[in-house]
Amino acid sequence: MAKRTLVETVINNEPVELLCEPRQSLLEVLRDELHMTGTKEGCLTGDCGACTILVDGRPVCSCLMLGVEAQGHKLETIEGLATGAELHPLQRKFLEHASLQCGICTPGFLMSAKALLDKIPRPTEAEVRYHLAGNLCRCTGYDKIVRAVLDAARESG
Amino acid sequence: MAVKKEAHHKYRVVGTRPIRPDGIEKVTGRALYGADYYFPGMLFGKILRSPYAHARIKSIKFDKALKLPGVRAIVTADDLPEADRKPQQMGEQQVSPYYLSCNVLARGKVLYDGHPVAAVAATSPHIAEEALRLIEVDYEPLEPVMTADEAMKPGAPILIDDLRNQEEGPDQPTNVATHLQFKRGDLAAGFDAADCVIEREFRTATVHQGYIEPHASVGIWNPDGHATVYTCTQGSFTVRTLATKVLGMPEGNLKVVPSEIGGGFGGKTTIYCEPIALLLAKKTGHPVKVTMSRSEVLRATGPTSGIHERVKIGVTKEGRITAAQVWMAYEAGAFPGSPMAPGAMTVITSYDIPNLLIDGYDVVVNRPKTCAYRAPGATAAAFGVETVLDELAEQIGIDPLDLRIMNGAHEGTQQPFGPVFKRIGFIETCEALKASEHYNSKLTGANRGRGVAAGFWFNAGFQSSASVYVNQDGTASVVTGSVDIGGSRASMAMIAAEVLGLPIDEVRPVVADTDSIGYTDVTAGSRVTFATGMAVYNAAQDVVRQLKERAAKMWECTPDDVEFDNGVLRTRGDVLQPQQLTLKELAARFIRTGGPVVGRASVSTGGAGAGPAFAAICVDVEVDPDTGKVQILRVTIAQDVGTAIHPSYVEGQLQGGTAQGIGWALNEEYVYDSKGVLRNTGLLDYRMPTCLDLPAIETILVEVPNPTHPLGVRGVGEVSIVPPPAAIANAIYRATGVRMRELPMSPPRLMKALQEHRNSREGQAAAGR
Ligand code: FES
Ligand code: FES
Repeated sequence: MAKRTLVETVINNEPVELLCEPRQSLLEVLRDELHMTGTKEGCLTGDCGACTILVDGRPVCSCLMLGVEAQGHKLETIEGLATGAELHPLQRKFLEHASLQCGICTPGFLMSAKALLDKIPRPTEAEVRYHLAGNLCRCTGYDKIVRAVLDAARESG
Repeated sequence: MAVKKEAHHKYRVVGTRPIRPDGIEKVTGRALYGADYYFPGMLFGKILRSPYAHARIKSIKFDKALKLPGVRAIVTADDLPEADRKPQQMGEQQVSPYYLSCNVLARGKVLYDGHPVAAVAATSPHIAEEALRLIEVDYEPLEPVMTADEAMKPGAPILIDDLRNQEEGPDQPTNVATHLQFKRGDLAAGFDAADCVIEREFRTATVHQGYIEPHASVGIWNPDGHATVYTCTQGSFTVRTLATKVLGMPEGNLKVVPSEIGGGFGGKTTIYCEPIALLLAKKTGHPVKVTMSRSEVLRATGPTSGIHERVKIGVTKEGRITAAQVWMAYEAGAFPGSPMAPGAMTVITSYDIPNLLIDGYDVVVNRPKTCAYRAPGATAAAFGVETVLDELAEQIGIDPLDLRIMNGAHEGTQQPFGPVFKRIGFIETCEALKASEHYNSKLTGANRGRGVAAGFWFNAGFQSSASVYVNQDGTASVVTGSVDIGGSRASMAMIAAEVLGLPIDEVRPVVADTDSIGYTDVTAGSRVTFATGMAVYNAAQDVVRQLKERAAKMWECTPDDVEFDNGVLRTRGDVLQPQQLTLKELAARFIRTGGPVVGRASVSTGGAGAGPAFAAICVDVEVDPDTGKVQILRVTIAQDVGTAIHPSYVEGQLQGGTAQGIGWALNEEYVYDSKGVLRNTGLLDYRMPTCLDLPAIETILVEVPNPTHPLGVRGVGEVSIVPPPAAIANAIYRATGVRMRELPMSPPRLMKALQEHRNSREGQAAAGR
């Protein structure tokens, strides 16, 4: 077995020390080592966005990053999006607008949308569609996802 | 979103838009999907797949792989019993256990690029992958047969040695598994009576369901022969039947626990990883998780058929269709069982036509065995018919929606395969689209065009079970065996809440495993809200019946003297002393009146045709004349949805199906090289629509209640995928003057057609000078 490396990182504001093999992707580390399964795998090639997390505030496909590269960075995952018992406005709006059917794409969309609203608090519909184009949803046709993001922006803006 | 209500809404909960009960888990990442299970001592399984489209397996050697540290077991088809060849009814499908088993692990021959050959269990996924590279398979490559046309030619290489069909006889090896025919009237006379007859030929590509969650299963095997599999599937009972057949074990020894499911669209109605995970678990004594990568999903799971289609339709100059003939060959993939039959049963069923001939062929080719995909068979079939209708409308100079309305099927119309329609909403749906703001708006600008098309899907019924438990505090839980793929828990809870007079948040819906609820068919065929909904409705009525009995006992009257309305039990005023009790008050007294109240019901609602649904779509496109890229500017879909239980999730079905139809129309296709190896095995090259490719999707819900359901529910999940390809082709014609008859209408294909069109126009102009 390949030798495991110690990685020190911060996940959802908690300092985390973990051991992983250099060949393990960050997605694999989150899921198989930490059992944080909220981050999903859809392709492993950076094409579907289901594995989107935020690294130092930027949206990243965690399948395209190695676990060891998390060293010294701040990660945000879906498990940290709600604050205590309070949902993030995006989570609330996704529920109110019925923006999920199967829900497998939802964590990735929520993280991408959070990154968008953190950067552009009042995006236009075109901006929302542009920024979420890296996330695939096969169920909804995106209509209700886009509406939820615009509504969340409207509410907090 | 417009809702056109025909049903008078007398409901309290039905028709409202509550938050789905499983929503919180899904927006917080807590919901467990197929790959999200971990068990102590769990091993990871990986599958070795054929690099050839067609080859004989001469030998498989795996001693080296077994010696790799961390490898615990390797299985091949030799570890499976040889299954029965005769097709059997398994759940709602006819399946040959032998073919099913050969698809799970190849026996003797591989029939497509990606066909599973062996599987490894190891302590990590990486070690399992390394082990795959150490397995030596000696193949004798054979000539691949990639299309129905090639496969049907005399002398074509034969895929399955013992495949025969009735027409060719018992001595003739063939690639044609089935020929199906529907006939009505006098075809020749019908065409003679027409003023305008158009005959055209069409081709559609193999496309994938494209669910975002790859297949994943965890198998656990107990030494007493009982086993459990956690798996993402549309049908836990179907998995139980199919997997136990393949593994040769008693059906009752397997418990199937359905995980949350990350999309299916029909593609998760069979088995792939399940028997492999179980076999490896049996061999190792450990839980084994088998997950697929995206490329495995594309190479080896359920695409739907590419088809070759010929359509001939005749109309009078007034617009009456006099005759229609359709010929279709469906590529089944490696084993028989394309959606040819439902294709043939839906292709022209929206119309009332006196003279008909429909021929369908199910043909094996060296591609993955096809699996159901949303309205299986109907989308590809409708592409031809709905395009020819557009041409005919243009030729005789009438509005294309009027042509459809004029010939539309209605209550009393006999379908080509026999049954007569009950109350349906095809004409209402076309009329709603015709009256829409979109259809009546002006479309201006160069290279732009508008197209319409319609579609039909019969929707399935089948079997479902449900239990409703009333708790002592007066709340209730609803247990069904239908996995929730798009919000059906909400509908189940709403139906029970409606009957019991409870607020929606006091009803908890549960999706149970195969040991915890009665048999229930797959979540497919748009059947859950219809059939499982009916079981829930009946189970809730069973509760009401028991509540009345309890109250009658307390009030010393007969149950007939007790009324139940909106959660309150009352004596019928005309007969007795007025008495009343709420459900909650009665629940608190269960302990003294006979114990807990458990409502149960099961239904068998028949096969296809349980609540026929129709959709019609209007789409505006702009074609880039320099690249052939089609941009969808605006799209509106009208659909006959019956009573919409939760309108948001109904709209979601219309929108999702439309988006898939748009992908099918414009981009998606399997690209094979000359050796039959799939070249686009990732989502970069198998290009599904993103939110940047699509506009808002406008929906019109036409609520024509289904007379066969107590709440008027029709299935809503599938028909929306049917009309988009033809509507887009018709829009492209209006934009460019070019008729596209091959899918996908991708930029290179459209560019080529535009070029030929320009050349021929220049040629004509030159000749005219
Ligand atoms: S799994 Fe990372 S982008 Fe698809
Ligand atoms: S909700 Fe199923 S993929 Fe988006």
